Amino acid sequence: MIYRECGMFKATYGADMAIFPIPLDRWGIIFILIVAFIGMPFLASDYWLSSILIPFLVFSLAALGLNFLTGYAGQLSLGHAAFMAVGAYTSLILYGRYDVPLLLSLLGGGLVAAAVGAVFGIPSLRIKGFYLAVSSLAAQFIIEWVLTHWKWVSGGVFGTVDTPPMEVFGWPIDTAAKKYYLVLCFVVLLTIFGKNLVRGQLGRAWMAIRDMDVAAEIIGISLFRHKLLAFAVSSFYAGVAGGLIAFTYYGAANIEAFNLMVSFHLLGMIIIGGMGSVLGSFFGGGFITLLPIFINQFSRSFGAVLKSDLLACIELIIFGGLIIFFLIVEPYGLARLWQTLKDKLRLWPFPY
Amino acid sequence: MIFAIEVAIGGLLVGVMYSLVALGFVLIYKSSGVFNFAQGDMTLFAALALVGFLTIFPLWLAILAALVLMIALAIAIEAIVLRPLVARPPLALFMATIGLGFLLQGIGQGIWGTDPKGLNIGISDIPFEVKGLMVSQFDLVGAALSGALVFGLVWFFQKSRTGRALRAVSDDHEAALSVGIALNKAWAITWAISGVVALVAGIMWGSRLGVQFSLSLIALKALPVLILGGIDSIPGAIIAGLVVGASENLAEVFVGPYVGGGIQTFFPYLLALLVLWFKPYGMFGREIIERV
Repeated sequence: MIYRECGMFKATYGADMAIFPIPLDRWGIIFILIVAFIGMPFLASDYWLSSILIPFLVFSLAALGLNFLTGYAGQLSLGHAAFMAVGAYTSLILYGRYDVPLLLSLLGGGLVAAAVGAVFGIPSLRIKGFYLAVSSLAAQFIIEWVLTHWKWVSGGVFGTVDTPPMEVFGWPIDTAAKKYYLVLCFVVLLTIFGKNLVRGQLGRAWMAIRDMDVAAEIIGISLFRHKLLAFAVSSFYAGVAGGLIAFTYYGAANIEAFNLMVSFHLLGMIIIGGMGSVLGSFFGGGFITLLPIFINQFSRSFGAVLKSDLLACIELIIFGGLIIFFLIVEPYGLARLWQTLKDKLRLWPFPY
Repeated sequence: MIFAIEVAIGGLLVGVMYSLVALGFVLIYKSSGVFNFAQGDMTLFAALALVGFLTIFPLWLAILAALVLMIALAIAIEAIVLRPLVARPPLALFMATIGLGFLLQGIGQGIWGTDPKGLNIGISDIPFEVKGLMVSQFDLVGAALSGALVFGLVWFFQKSRTGRALRAVSDDHEAALSVGIALNKAWAITWAISGVVALVAGIMWGSRLGVQFSLSLIALKALPVLILGGIDSIPGAIIAGLVVGASENLAEVFVGPYVGGGIQTFFPYLLALLVLWFKPYGMFGREIIERV
C-alpha cells in the first residue's frame, strides 16, 4: 500500500530509467548511505569497523566482480582470488616502490589485474563448460607461482610485501575510521559504475552470452570482445578489492591470503547471495564474512568453548551445507528472496 | 639418460595413480552428467574412515567396513542432494558438489580429527631393479590396481545393461526417466561405484602421503588429467594420466631448476590448456554439438 508504483508519474526519460523508481526504495538507499558514511564511524567500535565492515565491503566488491563474470556472462571462474592477489601486489609495488599516489596505485592495481584477467580469459573463446571451470584453476596456480617466484615482484624469499603507511593528498590514513572511509568510497563508486554497466548494453550482451552464446553470436554480439571484457572488468574489480584489503586489512600482500579457499569463498558468496545480481554480491559477501564470527558467538553462548580445529570443521560443514541448501531451495540466492519479499510488499494487502 | 628414463617411469606410475582419482570424476560424469567436485573430499573421507576402522578391526574387515560406509554415503548423497536437483542446469549440480565437498571435509575431519595419520597396508616401498633402472614396488602395485579397475569399468559401461542405463542417464535425465530408468537407483549405483574408486584411491594415496587434509588436494592434481583426456572418457583418463604424470615429473626435473622450481603444480594445467585449445573437449571427450 505504501510501497507502490502506481500514482508515481515520470515526466522525464531520466526519471523513467532510474535505478530505484519507487520512492521508498530511493529513501531506503539514501538512508543506508547516510548510516554508512556518517553513522557508522560514530556508532561502531574500532573492532567492528576494521574487522567486520572492511572485509565485508572488500569481499563484496570482489564478489561483485565475480558476479559479472559468472552471474552475468556465464563464464565459471574458480581462480578469482588470484586476480585479487595481482591487484594487491601491483598496487603495493606502485605505492611503495614508485611513489605513485595511493588512489592511482589502487586503480593501477586494478588495471594490471584486468590485463592479466583478459589473458587468462582467452581460453574461454574456445573452451566451454566444465573444461573452462578447470582451466580457470590454472590461473590460480600459475599466478600463485609467478607471484612467489618472480623476485622483482616478491622482493624476497617469503613472497610478502609489507604496506608502507598510507596517505591520500597529504592526509595520513592511520585510524580504522579513515581506512573504512577509503574502502567505502571505492566500493560505493565502483558499485554505482557496475550497476549501470550491467543495466546497459554490455550487461545485456553478457546476459545473452550466458543464456545461449551461439544465438548471441548470430545476432551480432562479438563473443571475443564481450567475453574478454567480462574477464577484464571482473578482474579489475578483484584487483581493486585485493589492493584495498592488502592496504587496510592485512597490512601486507601475502599470496597465502589469496589462496584457492578464498576463491571458493567468493564463489560461495555469489551462489548464496544471488548470481546475476549486484545486490546479491553484497548479501553474499556479508553472509560469508559474518559466518565465522556468528558461529563463534553462537557456540560461545552455549557455554561451549570449542577447539579451533573443531570450529573450523563446523565452519566448513555450515558453509557447504548452506551452499547446497540455497541451491535446492532458492537457486537465485538471497537477492531473489529479497525481490520476492518486495514484490509481495508491493501488492500488500492484496494477495495478487 | 638412465636418470631421465627413471624419472619418466616414476612419472608414468604416479600418473596411473592420478588417473585412479580422475576415474572417479569420469564415472560420475559419464553416468549422471554431474561434475563431482567433491571427489577429492570423498577420497579423503574414505581414507579417514579406513584409518578409523583400522583401530578397531583387522585390515580386511576395515576395508569392508569402509566400503559399506562409502556405499551408504552414496545413497545418502543421492537422496539428500541430488534428488531435489533433478533436471537443474549442470552448473547448479556442479556448485552443489562444491558445497558437498566442504561438507564432507568438515564431517570427516570433525569425526576423525585433523592431524595426519599413517596408513600401512603391507605393500613395501623398497624399489627393485629392472635392467639397471630403479622402480618402486608400491607404484607398480598401484598401477596394476588402477589398470584392473579401468578394464573392469570399461567392460561395465560398454557391455552390461546397467552400464547402458547409466550412460543414458548422463545424456538427459528427463528422457531417461521417461523411458523408465529408475533415476534414483542409477545415481545411487554411480555414486557407490565412485565411492569405491575413491576408497581405492584413498588407500593408495594415503599409504603414499599419509592421511591428512592435503589428500583432498590430490583431486586438484587429477583435474588436468580429467580435462586432458576428456571428462567422459575412461580410457582417456588413463592415457591422460600417463601423459600428465610423465610430463610433470620430467618438467620438474629438467625445466624446474631454470625457473626456480615448483612448477609441477601448474605445468599439467598449462599442458591441458594447450591441448584444449586444439581439442576443446579433451583428447577423447565426446564433442557436444550445440544447437540454437
